[in-house]
Amino acid sequence: MPEAIGLNHYLLLGAILFVCGAVCMATKRNAIGVLMGVELVLNGATVNFVAFAHFNPAFAVEGQVFALFVIVMAAAEAAIALAIVLNFYNNHLTVDVDTAEELKG
Amino acid sequence: MSLQAFLFYLLAGLTGLCAISVVVTQNIVRAAAWLLFTLAGVAGLLFLLGANFVGATQLFVYVGGTLVLVVFGVMLTAQGPFITMKTGAAEWGISMIVGLLLYGVLSVALLTKPMKFTSEESTQGEELRRTTVLGEALMSVDGATQKAEVTGVPAEKRKELPNKGERSTVGYLLPFEIVSIHLLVVLIGAAYLARTKRRPAGRAGGVNPPVV
Repeated sequence: MPEAIGLNHYLLLGAILFVCGAVCMATKRNAIGVLMGVELVLNGATVNFVAFAHFNPAFAVEGQVFALFVIVMAAAEAAIALAIVLNFYNNHLTVDVDTAEELKG
Repeated sequence: MSLQAFLFYLLAGLTGLCAISVVVTQNIVRAAAWLLFTLAGVAGLLFLLGANFVGATQLFVYVGGTLVLVVFGVMLTAQGPFITMKTGAAEWGISMIVGLLLYGVLSVALLTKPMKFTSEESTQGEELRRTTVLGEALMSVDGATQKAEVTGVPAEKRKELPNKGERSTVGYLLPFEIVSIHLLVVLIGAAYLARTKRRPAGRAGGVNPPVV
């Protein structure tokens, strides 16, 4: 192999996760599919945080602390988003985000 | 190829391919399964980076908690047509182009301005110490993290600070507490939002007639 595993390898993987999540949010019509896209984006951020924590000694603690906060925030966000989706499903009997247009002007 | 490089390419390939499968598959149940493997792969990468506690938290909270929540959401709403909702070809094309352009921008930005950090090979004892330091940082124990300047305080007011405006240890006790309260509030709110509302009996018409 040409070079050892460095920071750029991890950042490129984080970019893959981020782009997959963004495309997932844009293309899925199922509301839970959109939620999965958000999870992918947050995981890309976690990988970046921990990679910086590993490769830069100045961020050794901070990177991991903020990765933990990201994970907890993702759990909270998933709980509240699923509650909203279930409420929407109870009222409209669908989870298609294209039909959620009551607030459209 | 060293063991670390082999493990990285294995886990990164697994994670990346599963993430792409989440996007590509049209079946929402399969997307949940691919997401499970993606999250597990990310946890493996965190272990590879020496972040043992964060990796374990990722496994517990994400794979064990959040994903179970998502799967329950899929099961509760998986009614016939919603399992496989097709996306139009034009939307796919535009999204793929935008996604590839975004990835191109990100990778060019990464590779043209390389960030060089000294990466020291960490040993097992150091990782144990690092987990201890992580807990001390969350508890704002003195000396756990690097000292930082207190910013935004005028020079004459610095004398009134407890440490006379000198560089002080950065702690994360307050964010930790805020996150805890935030999680509690969010869970109560989610339970309130998702509860089943009893229709009042005897009232004709009911509330919120389902719109199909």
